[in-house]
Amino acid sequence: MAKITASVFTSHVPAIGAALDLGKTQEPYWQPLFAGYEYSKQWMKDNQPDVIFLVYNDHATAFSLEMIPTFAIGTAAEFQPADEGWGPRPVPKVIGHPDLASHIAQSVIQDDFDLTIVNKMAVDHGLTVPLSLMCGASMPEIAAGAKAAPVAWPCPVIPFAVNVVQYPVPSGRRCFELGQAIRRAVDSYDPDLNVHIWGTGGMSHQLQGPRAGLINKAWDNAFLDQLIADPEGLSKKPHIEYVREAGSEGIELVMWLIARGAMADVAENPKGVAQHGMAPKVAHRFFHVPASNTAVGHLILEA
Amino acid sequence: MNMALEKPYLDVPGTVIFDAEQSRKGYWLNQFCMSLMKAENRTRFKADERAYLDEWPMSEEQKQGVLTRDLNRCMAAGGNIYFLAKIGATDGKSFQQMAGSMTGMTEAEYRDMMLAGGRSAEGNRYIGEDGDAQAHRQPQGQAGKIKTGAA
Repeated sequence: MAKITASVFTSHVPAIGAALDLGKTQEPYWQPLFAGYEYSKQWMKDNQPDVIFLVYNDHATAFSLEMIPTFAIGTAAEFQPADEGWGPRPVPKVIGHPDLASHIAQSVIQDDFDLTIVNKMAVDHGLTVPLSLMCGASMPEIAAGAKAAPVAWPCPVIPFAVNVVQYPVPSGRRCFELGQAIRRAVDSYDPDLNVHIWGTGGMSHQLQGPRAGLINKAWDNAFLDQLIADPEGLSKKPHIEYVREAGSEGIELVMWLIARGAMADVAENPKGVAQHGMAPKVAHRFFHVPASNTAVGHLILEA
Repeated sequence: MNMALEKPYLDVPGTVIFDAEQSRKGYWLNQFCMSLMKAENRTRFKADERAYLDEWPMSEEQKQGVLTRDLNRCMAAGGNIYFLAKIGATDGKSFQQMAGSMTGMTEAEYRDMMLAGGRSAEGNRYIGEDGDAQAHRQPQGQAGKIKTGAA
């Protein structure tokens, strides 16, 4: 039986990808940020998953205004890193897991979540920056001459894109309940697979208007506290509070509730009856300001 | 505008929320931006910006916003920042340079604000407060000081 054993949460700032790709990780501006992911890279090696279910958002890359799916699951065999206007990132192509992805799509749709199924999709920094932060070379390895990007990602990845570009984005509540449905879907997959679920984006940031550059450290850290201890309560937070307190692009944080909803301690059966497991263990927590325009938050929770 | 739809985000200062109404208004502006993801289109755009823009059914206001690189004007005309970022990429600008350009601050002023922990939410949650993102305090930074004669 497949099992979700951990969740990982991280911001996916494009400038982090650029810093990695241009060899700037040792610069004083970037060094404290990358130092916060050293533990995570070792943790990935010690807790290697068979599949990563990676929740992220597309930034006007695969989806223009022609089509705006609220929830899109990637069921392809592979996904190419996108050219976002300055050439594709020099990172490996993403190998999918079509069998598990199709199983999850079928289960979750039958569970009343109407996903869009995507069989061809380029993936942008929203997906590749978290992979780089978790699976790229460590700082000592880079200092010794290693490339930041590995030759291949350590395991297959199922991309799961959420619309957070055009308002209204899905509610926190909907995201949390979708996470619970994804857990049920993985639980019903026969092969013995160790699955990690990642929630990415955020934390506080605003990229537009005279209010650009907004950062709210206190709000971000309260969000992290509540995500760990009371995700169901957090899921009731209205959109407007994200916008007002964490900036217009801080709304990306609703995606973290999908990954958190898939953890054992908040599991429910299809009838909504609680089947709660143990509270997760916080293996790692990190917060840093700034990366370009953005506050960076990072958590690793073990089931 | 359909008054039956709740829009609680209209009272956030210095902020345009890209909702269905903005998306309809900005459709061709954003689709033009999307076309800049292809290298051959970037080359054609850079060779003659006006001629390239005239291939799109955009409003004159949208075209002027692009030609003057006034991203606030583009946002008001229905642009979305992730789409407008393609213009910045074509110009070789970082996201920080683009975001900063919308505040009136110089690049160095904006970068320093971020290094110091970013813009505070204090006074910037509701229109009518006195934070630095409020309309009566624009433009920000040195540009604002020159405007008010304080420099």
